[in-house]
This record gives sequence, C-alpha cells and structure tokens, in this order.
Amino acid sequence: MIGHEPSLPDDWELVVGLEVHVELATKTKLFCGCANQFSSEPNTNVCPTCLGLPGSLPVLNGQAVAFAMTLGRALGCEVRPSVMARKNYFYPDMAKDFQTTQYDQPTNVDGELRLADGSVVGIERAHIEEDAGKTSHVGGGGRIGDANYSLVDYNRAGVPLVEIVSRPEIRSVEQARAYVSELRNILLAIGVSDARMEEGSLRVDANVSVRPTGSQELRTRCEIKNINSIRSMGRAIEYEAKRHVDLYASGESPHQETRHWDEDGGRTTPGRSKEDAEDYRYFQEPDLVPLVPTAEEVAAIDEQLPMLPAQRRHRLTQLAPNSADAATIVVERGQDDLVVAAVAAGADAERLLTRVQNDLAVDDWTKVDAEGLAALIGMETAGELTATQTKQVLAELVNHGGDPRTIAEALGFEAMSDDALAGLVDGLIADHPDEWNRFVAGDEGERRKMQGFFTGQIMKATQGQADGRAVADLLNGRAG
Amino acid sequence: MTALELAAEVRSGQRRAVDVLEEYLTRIDTHEASIHAFNEVTTDLARQQAQAVDDDVQAGRDPGPLAGVPVAFKDNMCTRGIPTTCSSRILENWRPPYDATVVQKVRAAGAITIGKTNLDEFAMGSSTENSAFGPTRNPLDLSRVPGGSSGGSAAAVAAGFAALALGSDTGGSIRQPAAFCGLVGMKPTYGAVSRYGLVAFGSSLDQIGPFAANVADAAALYEVIGGHDPLDSTSIPDLAPTVLDSIDRGVEGLRIGIVRELSGGAGSVEGIRSDVVDRVQAAAVALEAAGATVEEVSVPSTTLGLSAYYLVAPAEASSNLSRYDGVRYGLRVDAATTGEMNAATRTEGFGTEVKRRIMLGTYALSAGYYDAFYGKSLKVRTLMLQEFAAVYQRFDLLLTPTAPTTAFPLGERTADPMTMYVNDVCTIPSNLIGHPAISVPFGVGHDGLPVGVQVLGPALSEALIFRAAATLEAAAEMDR
Amino acid sequence: MAHLARLALTEAEIDAFTGQLGDILDHAADIEALNVDGIEATSHPLPRTNVFREDTLRPSLDRDEVLSQAPAAEAGQFRVPPVLGESQ
Ligand SMILES: [Mg+2]
Ligand SMILES: [Zn+2]
Repeated sequence: MIGHEPSLPDDWELVVGLEVHVELATKTKLFCGCANQFSSEPNTNVCPTCLGLPGSLPVLNGQAVAFAMTLGRALGCEVRPSVMARKNYFYPDMAKDFQTTQYDQPTNVDGELRLADGSVVGIERAHIEEDAGKTSHVGGGGRIGDANYSLVDYNRAGVPLVEIVSRPEIRSVEQARAYVSELRNILLAIGVSDARMEEGSLRVDANVSVRPTGSQELRTRCEIKNINSIRSMGRAIEYEAKRHVDLYASGESPHQETRHWDEDGGRTTPGRSKEDAEDYRYFQEPDLVPLVPTAEEVAAIDEQLPMLPAQRRHRLTQLAPNSADAATIVVERGQDDLVVAAVAAGADAERLLTRVQNDLAVDDWTKVDAEGLAALIGMETAGELTATQTKQVLAELVNHGGDPRTIAEALGFEAMSDDALAGLVDGLIADHPDEWNRFVAGDEGERRKMQGFFTGQIMKATQGQADGRAVADLLNGRAG
Repeated sequence: MTALELAAEVRSGQRRAVDVLEEYLTRIDTHEASIHAFNEVTTDLARQQAQAVDDDVQAGRDPGPLAGVPVAFKDNMCTRGIPTTCSSRILENWRPPYDATVVQKVRAAGAITIGKTNLDEFAMGSSTENSAFGPTRNPLDLSRVPGGSSGGSAAAVAAGFAALALGSDTGGSIRQPAAFCGLVGMKPTYGAVSRYGLVAFGSSLDQIGPFAANVADAAALYEVIGGHDPLDSTSIPDLAPTVLDSIDRGVEGLRIGIVRELSGGAGSVEGIRSDVVDRVQAAAVALEAAGATVEEVSVPSTTLGLSAYYLVAPAEASSNLSRYDGVRYGLRVDAATTGEMNAATRTEGFGTEVKRRIMLGTYALSAGYYDAFYGKSLKVRTLMLQEFAAVYQRFDLLLTPTAPTTAFPLGERTADPMTMYVNDVCTIPSNLIGHPAISVPFGVGHDGLPVGVQVLGPALSEALIFRAAATLEAAAEMDR
Repeated sequence: MAHLARLALTEAEIDAFTGQLGDILDHAADIEALNVDGIEATSHPLPRTNVFREDTLRPSLDRDEVLSQAPAAEAGQFRVPPVLGESQ
C-alpha cells in the first residue's frame, strides 16, 4: 500500500482512537456452557441463555473474567469493582435485544500500550461484554441494503469479548498498525485470545478525525466499522482522513456518524448518523451481581503475567543495541528466549540476532537448543564456517538436531587453517602475475574485479569452503 | 383433606395417585368453563405421571414428599414441550425446549403437573383480567376477580382443580390473589427460589412462591422449590429451606409491629377499607393471645414504595420484553424489513397493559429521565432497606393487610390503571427490598369475602413467618 | 419513545397512554421531589458479589427443536426480512 495511498497534506494532522474487540479463548461462552467455537454448524452451540429464550438467565464465566483482568493488567490498567449493564437496542442477531456489557463501571480503566517504536498510546478502558450472533444477507450480492432476506446464526451470540478503547492519541496510519500488532502480540503472549483478524476474533473499529497541525482540538469524528485486516484499517483511516480534509477544504465539515469500510470500493460509506442514534437506556443488569476483585486477586494476576513484548524487546536490545529491528521480529516470533539463552551460552548477540531473524525457520526452530546455536555462532564468529556453511549447518540442526561441529564435519566443511588458505592464495598469485598486477596497480573498479577473480579461483579450489572475507584480507595484506 | 395428607396416603399405598387425579380432573371438567383457571390442562401427561407414582409405590420406591399431589403452574414458568404463553398472543403456542428449575423440582418430589394457569399478560396486573385469553373468575364469587397476576393459580386451588399451585410475585401477585380467594400465598426471600425458567417481568423483584389451602401445605411446597440453583446468579448459596418442622412453635415472646402507614388510621395511606383494618386488628389480638407482643410502628418509606415500584418494574420489564421481536419464537407479523416486522409483531402481540408498561419503562430509563425516575427509585429502595433494617432491630415480624379491599367485581378497575396499581400498596415493599411475606386468610369482610392478613419478616425469616401464619390459621379456625 | 420500544401505537393509544403515563408520573412526584443526596442506589435487594460458573461445557439444545419454534427458518438458521440499519 506504500506509494498509492493519498497521504495528508502537512498542515493537517490525523487523530485516531481505536476500539478493538477481542474474543476471549475460553472453552464456553460468557453466560452459558455452550462451546465458544469458531466454524461449527449454524445454531448448534446454542441454549436457552444464549438464544435469549424467555425465562433464561446468565451466569458469568469466571475464566472469562480472569482473562479480562489479566488483559487489563497487561495493558497497565487499574482493575476495579465493576458491574454488568444492559445496552438496549433491537437487532436480530442480538438474542435478547439488549447486549450485556459494561457501561459506567468497567473492569479495567486507565492503561497504556507501549509500541515497538517507543511511542505510548493511552487506554481509556477495557471492558467485558458479550458478542452478538451472525447475520448473513441473502440476495443483492450479500450487501445489507440490497438483500432479499437475512439468516441468523447464534453460535457466536454470547461469546466473551473484551472491548479495548484507546484514547484518541494515534497520529499516523503506521502508528495505528503498530498499535494493533502490538496488542496482538500481548494477547498471544498472555494467552487470552487467539487474536485472529481473519476469523473475527480480533476486530477493529477506528474513530477518525483530523485537525490543523499543531492544534489540540478534537474535531468531529467518524467511526469506521467493518475493517477486516490491518491492511484495510490503514486504507480506511487514510481514506476517511482525506475525506475530512477535503470537506474542510470546501468549507463543509463532516458530521458525526458510523461509516462502513467498503473493501472493494476502497472507500467508507455512511451508516447511521448520530442524529437518529439510539438511546441505549443503559442500566445495571439485574440478573447478574457486581464483580469485586480483591487486592490479592489482582496481585496474583500480576505475579502470573509473563514477560510482555515490550520488556522482551528491551531485554534483547540490551544485549544487541544495534539490532532493534531484528529484536522486534524475533520477539514477535517468540524466539527471544532462545536468543537470550544462546547469548548466555557464549554466542555473539548481534551476529546471533541476524542469523535468527534471517535463517531460523519460523515453524521448526523450537528443535534447536541454545547450546548448539551458541556453538554454531561461535564457529562462524571464529571464521571456521562461512556464512553459507553456517546456514547449511543450521538447516541440518533444525531438521535432524545434533552437534554443529559434527554436522559441519559430516558436510565436509573441514575447517581450513589460516596457513593452508595463505598457501593457496600465494600459489594463485604466482600462477597469475598479470591479474595480480592489475589488482595491485589498478583503479578501484579494476581492483574489485580482480578480487572477484582471485576469490572465485579459491572457492573453486576449495569447493566453496573458504571464507570470502578471509581471502580478501589475505589479498589486501599481500598487496601491502 | 390437605395436600400433605393426600401425599401420605399415596406414599403409603392407601390411595392410588391415578384415582386422586381423576377426582381433580372431574372437578375441572365440571367447573373450569365458568372459572377459566387454566390456559392448558395437561391431562395425558398428568395421567402418565400419576401412573408412574403408583408404579413407584408398588415397587417399594418412595415417589417423594408430594407423591400424587396435583400441582398447577402459572403459565409463565417454562415447561418443555408444553405451551408457555404468559397469557400473551406474542407467545401463543410457544413450546419451550426446557423446564424451569421449579418445574423440575416439583416433578422430582413426586407431584403431578396438572396444567398451566391463566395470568395477567406477562404478570402485569392485579386482577387476571389482562389475559389475552380472557379473564379468570373468582371461584368464591364468579362476578369477582380472583386477584392477580397469579389469579389462575389461586382460582385453581380455590376451586379444587389442584391441591397446590405455584405463582410468581413481583409486586404482590401471589399474596393478593391468595387473599382474594381465601388461600395461603407466600413470597419467599429474593434468591430463595430459583428464577431459572420463570419468564421475567421485573428481574430484581420476581420470586416464585406457593399457593395452598393451608399453611403447612404452603410450607411443604416451599421446601420443595427452595434452595440454591447454580443457573440463577441471584440464587442464595447454601440455603436450606427448612420451615415445616418448626411450623407449630407458635409466636410466644415474638415482637410484632403493625405498620401504621398501612393500617387505615391516622398516618396511613388512603383506601384501606375499614372491614379489612378490623380483620388486621383481630389478627393482632390473636397473636397477642398466643403470647406475642404487638404494637404499632411507623415505617414512613412504605408509602414511597408504590411510586418506586411503578418505575423499577416497568423499566426492567421494558428491557426484558424486548426479545419478543418475531425472530426466534412466538408470533411474527410479516413486514418488508426486520425493523418493521419487529414493530408489527409487538404491536399485534402485546396487550394494552403490557404496552403501557413498556412505554413507561422506556421513558423511565431514557437518557433525560433516568436520574429523576429510575435512578431515584433505586435510592428509594436503599432508603426502604435501611428503614426496615432499623425496624427489625425492634421487631421480629410486621403485620399489615394483604390488600386494601376484598375481591372486587370484574371490570371495576380496568379503565383507570392508577386505581388498579394502588391495590398493590401493601405488598410492594417486600418485593423492593427482597424480604419474604405471607398472606393468610383471617375471616371475612362485610361483603362476606375473605380478607387476607400479611406477615412480613426480614430476609430469610421464612421459618418465622410460617410460624406466625400457622398461629393465625389456628386462631381463625377457632373464630369460625 | 414508541419507536425505541418498537411499538406502533395508534393516535388513540398515544392519547390514552400520554394521559395515563402523566398520572403515574404525577404520582411519582413524591419520588422526584425526594432528597436522596448521599444515598447509594440499590439494584439488587440482596447484596451479593462475584458469582461465577466454571468454564465447563454444558450440552447445547437440539437445533431441530429450537428451529421448530421459529416463525421462519432456512438452512439451519433463523430467517428474517431484510435488515436495514447497522450492526453494532
Ligand atoms: Mg461495545
Ligand atoms: Zn448457550
């Protein structure tokens, strides 16, 4: 998407707040014992409670609450006494025609998310609520407005969600993307959600507005829904911001409304405007009782929190200050514990991070142990293996395990001594005086060309086992 | 013969359950047409159950404490595969796929489920005239109402169509019809009986309770239905609903207060008829004669109860009744869009009183009025809880009329909702504060119709209020 | 208000209800006038907190039984007329 999206003129600033809905990875739904399962046959995970049958009652899933509080603490939120509330509005996929959610007393408030680039985005709240069912529109190309009729599946109705509401502190599309991916990393690290955007277990709504650069005002915002990937989120935000700027430029202004991202059309389309917005008539859910976490419970959650991505990145950049990008990727893949252990076993941190980032296959790397990896990187650092050879040994380590030195020997990567290499180089110089002359006396280009010639000859003679850099060092040394 | 005597005879094999049932079915055949207590008599199912009870007795198995006793259920309690209508067109023919917890418990006690009884639509009313299927008549005087909203259950027991019945009480809907039909009716402490499977009216007020012709039978039915249910979050844990074994202990030494605001004299709400007041005075004398001390006590906030109730109950109801939208069950009136279908269905399916309360509740919860009405009502509730707590420091129990009058003629109050609502002034406080209360017949008014007196107690004082009720019952018999 | 509640009331009903709601709200004037500063709201008559269930499966309902009660069903789902307006 780089290059062909319009970006904002310099005198306008983007103001974005994100609302992220995360499905919690519980076994059962929020208020009943039906399976919390993606892709079951329609209406097979339903019971009186999640179908909203007359007479049914909700009972809170303790695991969902524990997950929500864990997420709250991972986001640095204050975990507070809270109550469930009813948000009243009619929609066919809402089995009770109200959503059970949290309103004025949410479980988690006032947190923050620290992004990989060091910036911080405030979290206003992270509250517990239930998901709705799924409505599919039949006929009219599946679009809501043109459908002949709709079908409702309540399997997803009552699946536990946490809605994470950021403060409007995001200032660029890149930062919005970094926010979502960092949130995803945290969710995976603490194990409360599988955070799959493509399956809808992580959904993003974006509140977008713009303002003159340097101003502190908050102008009218529009809420963009129906964003299905991080990529479309970026496109949607850019489109919407541009739309606002254009409106202001022509003397108009946007009005507050919900808009839908149209992926195919690459634009947002108006939904319901706030003027005819519903009065949700929130009130405390009388069928549920308040949640009052004790200080001990919160302390126990903190104790069990694993190291979070930001801390893990920090740990790596402490070891390898020049490899911040590699650190980000390695942490995202969850390979950082291995790296730390291998450094402890003696590996050079910068070289190791480069190797792990570039050459350690994401799926199979768990078969490599820290000692083996440290030994391998040690051989590379000592010049016993070339870069190419190191990659080959690493591949072998991943596929079959074993000791890197034994593997290197089995592959015929005999460590060539410095003396042997020097002998080969000297022999080659004696055999090709013309070429040597052009190397010693030639200009920059000529010298580089001849270095390539000698290195190629050495590689041919050693079947690629020589270290190219060592050859270059020898040639330069002989030339004086 | 009492229900307990009947059960004893069936359990011991003296009488067969099938024979008992036929006697009841014969009475229903003869008189139901003029009374209309039932929405449905489940004859075939009842015969199967009676046969199973007899088989158990034959085989030496104990069918349970209510063996062979015909029990009627208010038609707002879910019965699997059997229509559960709430006397509303919107649920006409709805067959729930599950049983209410109380239905399961009553069956497990060996009782016979004889049918589903008429009620004011969705339990909204005090006369059982608001049923979509026509009014129920008082078996003691067919020109009069049986009270409501559990009028069908009261009429069924009073007419000898069932030995026991269950009703639900949101603002007096068990106690007032019990008073009008000369029966014992009891509302347990909020949370003492599971609401799972009771179609909700006012979720923070609703409780299921027993109707019986005498106090001990009511106590026996309460013991069967009481206790913790994990499917109801507001159900009280570790509750042993034991009341029967202490029922004969009398009231010696108990301190009983007569609530001045509900006693007809100076400082009382208006409209409490003098012959009703006389019977409450007579009850006080009887309690004193049995060794209790009785004195007048002022509980000023009782008079605020009516207003608070007529805001809280409709508010909760407006939300509880949203789910009747024509999508998943019950009536649908077709229309071009789902939104129009929702409105057409609800407009056609709900009766006037239900619509009135939905409108009132929607209003009380709406953004501009929440604080003045709903929010304030919840604070009135706190005020009442505090006041009653203080009163129960000095008194063990309180005594009031159950209703301001005896059973009134059909049609007398349907035109003006406010005169109907005022009928609930004595019963409403216990619902708002969740305390138990019982109505016991204590003689007749100047019209010859039964008067009920009400005994109130603090939370979980069921054993005590049954003791006082039994004392009053014995005194009333001596009186006769 | 009627739209919020998805009710289509006739003019006569609206007139009647407006009068009756007025009566009820007049009666509620005692509450409106009440000074309840510093008094907490009671949503539940009995104070309880932290009621949870275990995260364990309970059997779901039989789909045929559920859909047998639906006004309209198709392909294992509930069928409704076209939906206008937006999902939340
Ligand atoms: Mg939400
Ligand atoms: Zn369910």
